[in-house]
Amino acid sequence: MSLDRLEDLAYLLIKKSVTTLPDDVKLSLRKALSSEKSEVGRKQLETILLNIELAEAEELPLCQDTGLFSFYIDLDPRVYDPLKVKKVLVEALRRATIEIPLRPNAVHPLTRENSGDNVGLGIPYFEWTFNREGYLELTVAPKGAGSENMTKLAMLPPHAGLKGIIKFVVDSVVQAGGAPCPPTVLGVGVGGLAEEALKLAKQALLRPLSQPNPDPELRRLEALLLEKVNETGVGPMGLGGSVTALAVHVNYAHTHTASLPVALAFQCWATRRATLRVEGSP
Amino acid sequence: MLGYASSNVKGGGLALKLLCTPLSEGDVETLKAGDYVWLSGLIVVARDQAHARMLSLLDEGKPLPVNLKGLVVYHAGPIALREGESWRVLSIGPTTSSRFEKQAVNLAAKTGVKMLVGKGGLSPRSAEVLRKAKAVYCAYPGGVGVLPAKSIVEVVEVHWLDLGVPEALWILKVEKLGPLLVAIDLHGGDLYRDVASKVKSNLEKINDELGLNF
Repeated sequence: MSLDRLEDLAYLLIKKSVTTLPDDVKLSLRKALSSEKSEVGRKQLETILLNIELAEAEELPLCQDTGLFSFYIDLDPRVYDPLKVKKVLVEALRRATIEIPLRPNAVHPLTRENSGDNVGLGIPYFEWTFNREGYLELTVAPKGAGSENMTKLAMLPPHAGLKGIIKFVVDSVVQAGGAPCPPTVLGVGVGGLAEEALKLAKQALLRPLSQPNPDPELRRLEALLLEKVNETGVGPMGLGGSVTALAVHVNYAHTHTASLPVALAFQCWATRRATLRVEGSP
Repeated sequence: MLGYASSNVKGGGLALKLLCTPLSEGDVETLKAGDYVWLSGLIVVARDQAHARMLSLLDEGKPLPVNLKGLVVYHAGPIALREGESWRVLSIGPTTSSRFEKQAVNLAAKTGVKMLVGKGGLSPRSAEVLRKAKAVYCAYPGGVGVLPAKSIVEVVEVHWLDLGVPEALWILKVEKLGPLLVAIDLHGGDLYRDVASKVKSNLEKINDELGLNF
């Protein structure tokens, strides 16, 4: 496969990620509509589902905030040169910004000057893993600022324990209210160093909603957190109701004996992600 | 003026209301928190930076690019495509109003804006400033970008593109933009305040049940 072909595929994947939602997310939103008890909440969800259909049919970005882009790449370095792949993905994003188009969102943090093409220092964001099986797998995940602005990190004292984690998550959901566009998916990263906790929380958002956590203890924690978050009554778009989150996903890493880092990443109902895998040499 | 009259229609058990800009005080007076509204006419799209610029122009005693009296300010930043001399808006869902809520309600007080449309609502303090300015706040679901874009008949003007496409000031002609949920009305109604008080008592129950009061 040529690098030109990879650029075309990456462009199409970006387009898919902003104009459609994964099946597991759509299914979860439809379930939310049937279980939501508040009439106002149901009306919000009905409008959201109608918009998803329209965007898909017309191949338009379902949300105007096409966010900042993260690329998660798993490749065999014997087959694919990471530096070349990175260059190709940046080009695909520039092209997508003009052709789809995406909203140009990348600005200098102090001057607020817009780069115009969604590319800038440290943006898009890349995360690399490597394999020895000859393939390249790419996941694109655009994320809007409404949910991103609610991200939280707590360096809890170890004695805070499980209760401390639950309190941090539930309190944060209440404080965020309607801002992250509920019903959200919540990614919780426990342990590691501070930045590792945040990475774990973000990676947790990539897990399909249909895929249970393989760790039974974490599965129970996720179910408890989801139940309590939904008992808050924040509801769709913070207008009240029984569905505040679609799912809670927890990841962990070992941490320092004196630390208990907990990161919480909010993902708006528009849980946008798309993945492709290519085999063979470029 | 567009060929619509403001009207009430009964449908699905909800009061459905079609309003045309410029809105009168009477139009706004009749709205109650929980009503759904559809809008036709001119609306102005602005967010953080356009608000800052409008307020500094007003402070300097300079005119705004558009007379806002009776108009609606939609808190949003679109995806828009330039086609020759004109623009087409492809996706335009609301942004979080609370980020610039002080500016938004001050603008209403100074110019006679009658309705704000956004997501997430306003603090009770800003809601009170808005009421004094005789204007209401309507909620539209975040992330819903394509549906409102289909209500746009024409991009009438765009100002301040130096701020970037999302932060520029857009003047749009719309037809039946909605459903907008009246969330803060002139009569003390505030859906966000009501939800916040319920959530507070729910949180107390959760904390008691799990022993999280520390």
